[in-house]
Amino acid sequence: MQTDVIEQCDCDDVAQSERRQTDTTFMPGVDIVELDNEYVLRADLPGAKPDDIDVQLDRGMLTLHARVETRQTAHQTRSLLHEYGVGDFHREFKVGDAIDTAGIVAETANGVLTLRLPKAAAARPQRIDVRPTT
Amino acid sequence: MLLARRYRFPMSPFNELQREFGRLFNNVLSDFDACPAPRRAAPGINVWEAGDNFYAEAEVPGLGMDDLEVFVVGNELTIKGRWNAERDDDQRVFHRRERQRGAFTRVLTLPVDLDAEKVNAVLKDGVLTVTLPKAETARTRKIAVKSA
Repeated sequence: MQTDVIEQCDCDDVAQSERRQTDTTFMPGVDIVELDNEYVLRADLPGAKPDDIDVQLDRGMLTLHARVETRQTAHQTRSLLHEYGVGDFHREFKVGDAIDTAGIVAETANGVLTLRLPKAAAARPQRIDVRPTT
Repeated sequence: MLLARRYRFPMSPFNELQREFGRLFNNVLSDFDACPAPRRAAPGINVWEAGDNFYAEAEVPGLGMDDLEVFVVGNELTIKGRWNAERDDDQRVFHRRERQRGAFTRVLTLPVDLDAEKVNAVLKDGVLTVTLPKAETARTRKIAVKSA
């Protein structure tokens, strides 16, 4: 399935940066909503500072990467409850032709990245006027 | 491998099978879906102890201060939160819906009483960190040993 997609991904670079930063990388949860003229993708990236969130689009591959620093620092003495791990976030999507890639806009607030992906003109719904026959 | 919250998955950089390749549009977002994402009822919490304080941390991306309530009684910490639905959410077409939504309450019992007056909660980049000072009576005190 989608072997060509895997080959497009420059996985070596990613692996390098991940090794430097943390042992574990997480796949963030996302919502993707379709509106009339755009798709809206929201990704949960808790703990990632806005400057550490990297969004790249390369040959139809949309890559989200967020560097997350360890928060329990050296002064930690004893862990009482450990329900989740902390590490970088990474996720990739293939973006089809129906997206106007030049118009993609990204913003972040409260640890959530919001991407707006406008539909290409050809993919937008068009209203066809219906006229009565005269 | 570390424990992960259910909605995010540990991923080895060396295991490409765990990578996600979604396809936007055309069959809009099919991907491997190796781990379908059952949502947890509430966010996970990490708690650690350092000196005279406990620290409780929860990942609550998307929540603002107004969406969160934190309170302490005795040795019990309660964290409540609510993700408000976007307007018209029900009428929208979701191609993926993995993020948490709805309301949650987590109640944690700490090993000793807390100084409720001095509890401090900070929300930054979707991470809530609560600093919980131990009550004066519960703190470790160094006892000077005198020779008889």
